[in-house]
Amino acid sequence: MHLLSEVFLDSSSGEPILPDARQAWLDAQQAGWGDPVRLHRPGRLAAHAMDGAREVVANTVGARPDEVTFTGSGVHASQAAVAGLALGRRRVGSRIVTTAIDHSAVLAAAAAAGTHQAVQVDHEGHVDLDRWTAGVRTAGTAAACIQVANHEVGTLQPYAEAAEICRRAEVPLVLDATAALGRVDLRDAGGWSVLTGWAGAFGGPASVGILVIKKNARWRAPYQTDDYQGGRWPGVPDVPAIHAAVAALDCWLRSGRTVGERQHALIDQLRIGIAQRVPDVDVAGDPLRRVPHLLTFSALYVDGETLTLELDKAGFAVASGSACSASSEHPSHVLAAMGALTHGNVRIGLSWTTSANEIDQFLAALPPIVAEIRATVGAS
Amino acid sequence: MKCPRPIIEVARRIQEVSVGSLLELLADDPAAGPDLAAWCRMRGQILVASDPPRFIVRRES
Repeated sequence: MHLLSEVFLDSSSGEPILPDARQAWLDAQQAGWGDPVRLHRPGRLAAHAMDGAREVVANTVGARPDEVTFTGSGVHASQAAVAGLALGRRRVGSRIVTTAIDHSAVLAAAAAAGTHQAVQVDHEGHVDLDRWTAGVRTAGTAAACIQVANHEVGTLQPYAEAAEICRRAEVPLVLDATAALGRVDLRDAGGWSVLTGWAGAFGGPASVGILVIKKNARWRAPYQTDDYQGGRWPGVPDVPAIHAAVAALDCWLRSGRTVGERQHALIDQLRIGIAQRVPDVDVAGDPLRRVPHLLTFSALYVDGETLTLELDKAGFAVASGSACSASSEHPSHVLAAMGALTHGNVRIGLSWTTSANEIDQFLAALPPIVAEIRATVGAS
Repeated sequence: MKCPRPIIEVARRIQEVSVGSLLELLADDPAAGPDLAAWCRMRGQILVASDPPRFIVRRES
């Protein structure tokens, strides 16, 4: 039998669940499965697990446990963050300022809220802080949103400076920490009002989103709520999944530093190795100021779908931001905004267990695959 | 014509015009705009006009 994708390099679409998180999920199915607002013993055990989960997230991002909410996905958290601030600040106006490379869920939520201004980024993906300042100071701005790090190219934004600019302008900031949670120290990340994240990005269940709303934020639930989670997100929470999510986060807090250092070095090796071995390749993003595990590059004259499928046949699972590669007719808005090549794109996300040997294998496999595709279309 | 075909065609046809001459591309592919700009940067050519579906490149080298 021919095995496909033995080497998983697509943690940007979701990291495989960490063993400790899987065990935590099983444990919570034994003793934390109840409805946390009920007074019986299963309910109290579930409430206890929720308390512990909120505390781990609160300690990670420098917030209070009662400011932490768990949603059904990262996209839900982003939608709730933007729409909730827009609703809470509707008397001020309905302008939402984001960067041009925020997650598509944030861009869509901003456009739905009212007037959306997407601030330009440079070739490596850093937001233009002068334009950001002008945008945030424009009258009628309800909220702003910035990422700690970009989810495709890994570039770290100047988020602390952006937060300070928002604080001075008295505009609440949504800090999208999805690509950074567990990997970047966010205990003192500046004056954000709402922080969002997703457990799937750090080896927890994909069904858990993270929404932290500061007590003083003018946020109102943009949907009907009930008795659960302080009226910030409705419905009985999936306590075992939430328990597993914070177990994964806790792995990164306890021993993620070593993993992060290894990943950072492996991405350096990939950046240099790909540029050396593959002619006409555009390696995107900030080579230094970035999260440790993400890399995006594009090979000229190659179509992303073919490249992804050929890499899969050779045993490597990767994502692609090229238009022809899957879910969309349009190329990655991140690559387009950065002026990076969008066709022939490969997006790599290292996982907890990615080894140096796997990266060597990838670097050996890539050049002949690219050369073969180019030869087929008569390009060189 | 879908990506990366328009860029492959531009790379081929630019060899047929002299340095300093203009090449016009008509492409309805949403990736053509960003990719033509990136190709010009990587290959040292100049994107004179980008008004989808019409693009003009000047051969510099």
